[in-house]
Amino acid sequence: MKLRVRSISRGRAEGYAIVSKKPVSFLGDVNPETGVIVDSSSDIYGESIAGKIFVFPEGRGSTVGTYILLRMKKNGCAPAGIVMEKSEAIVAVGAIIAEIPLVDMPEADGFDMIQSGNFVRINADEGWIEVERED
Amino acid sequence: MHLTKDEEKLLESENETVRKCMEILVALGEIYGAERLVEIKSAQISGISYGNIGDAGLEWLETLNAKVVVKSYVNPAGMDIEKWQEMGIDEGFYEKQMRVLSALKRLGVEMTLTCTPYYIDTPSYGDHLAWAESSAVIYANSVIGARTNRESGISALAAAIVGKTPMYGLHLKENRAPEVRIVVRGVEPAYAGYEVGKLVGASIPFVEFDRTLSRDELKAFGAALAASGGAGMFHVKEQTPEWEDFSIPEEKIEFEPDGELRGCEPDLIAIGCPHLSPEELKEIHYLLKRHGRVKREVWLFTSRSVMKEHAELVEKIRSFGVRVFADTCMVVSPASERFECVMVNSGKAFEYLPKLRGVKAIFGSVEECIRRAAE
Repeated sequence: MKLRVRSISRGRAEGYAIVSKKPVSFLGDVNPETGVIVDSSSDIYGESIAGKIFVFPEGRGSTVGTYILLRMKKNGCAPAGIVMEKSEAIVAVGAIIAEIPLVDMPEADGFDMIQSGNFVRINADEGWIEVERED
Repeated sequence: MHLTKDEEKLLESENETVRKCMEILVALGEIYGAERLVEIKSAQISGISYGNIGDAGLEWLETLNAKVVVKSYVNPAGMDIEKWQEMGIDEGFYEKQMRVLSALKRLGVEMTLTCTPYYIDTPSYGDHLAWAESSAVIYANSVIGARTNRESGISALAAAIVGKTPMYGLHLKENRAPEVRIVVRGVEPAYAGYEVGKLVGASIPFVEFDRTLSRDELKAFGAALAASGGAGMFHVKEQTPEWEDFSIPEEKIEFEPDGELRGCEPDLIAIGCPHLSPEELKEIHYLLKRHGRVKREVWLFTSRSVMKEHAELVEKIRSFGVRVFADTCMVVSPASERFECVMVNSGKAFEYLPKLRGVKAIFGSVEECIRRAAE
């Protein structure tokens, strides 16, 4: 399934999707040393986003979260790419400075169709994603 | 978003810093639906305390290689860069903080280290700006009538390097209209700002006070409103420059103080959030003369430039046993963390001290603060 998306942070990435249905604050929700979700109210609590395509609806929380993405990148535990329903400044700027491809607003109901474990290719230079579903 | 040919070239610039900065502005413009970029008069960059940005932020700033193209200012740092030892800041922090500042200086950013850049360079009505400090943003929009969104440190820096910002939000007149009407009676403006902020969130309030506020009171009100809520602007009836430009919401919310503030015994009294104006320094000096030498730790915060211009007044204040610092404040400096209970006259510090520094805070007017200090 190939979907048109809006490009926010350029580049290409691929990997297995990890999907959170809840908004994410990189400050406080994620351990920047390991990439593991530490917010106990998260639906992916205890799972790692390192090297994966992190899929979540929107960002929330402090602008300091921008620097957390940079820290994760330096520590080698950042997501390979990010797909959001609707991006906002904190995550967008973090992804750009950490050079993590970020796209949002997949066409149709594309966002809701991505499930954890799907293999996802992001091409933020050309504005599309490809989702390989097992079903 | 429409980009001019010159702007498009910046997206392909061989200078990586310029390219990245342009990418940031374009991404923000796309996200928030800007039609174009607009030239700015100045930028003000926040989030420069080493305590906030850490090694990742510091190392990233050190990789940047470009020059700002408009007047660019910085917010307070984590310490007074001259009297850091007197504040109890350790050498490791000092060195990292100074590296952050050198990286910014190399980009051409002026080392103003203040949340009140408008005392150094006052914008004009209608000027477009890219300011990040929330109390300066709300002051510029509301009291001056300049136009800026609440930028992050990085988006303000990107705007400084490109000289433009995406034109959305508070840059557009139609987004500056009041959304809720509040009537405030019998409350210190700084504390009213704290409570009203919780009430209105990010909405723009139209406020009716029971008396005329000074500019310093408007500053304190706005700082608290922006801290506990998230608004980038407010209007005050018969006072702020754009109050008559829009239709006023009919429904009124009356705000009156309810009961006592919970107390603790202050081991630090800290005044200057936002940084003190010359008039506020004069008022404090007057109060000190009336109440006498302080018997508790009292810290005042102002900008380096106000401190230099009013050096004699600052020395007179110090002669009462008060410490006066520049470049930092009780909210951004880790120095506040070694106290248990801090008394403040700032609704903004009252909001942030428990959250960011883990200390208890109590609120009093400046007069109550100085009286308590001398008890």
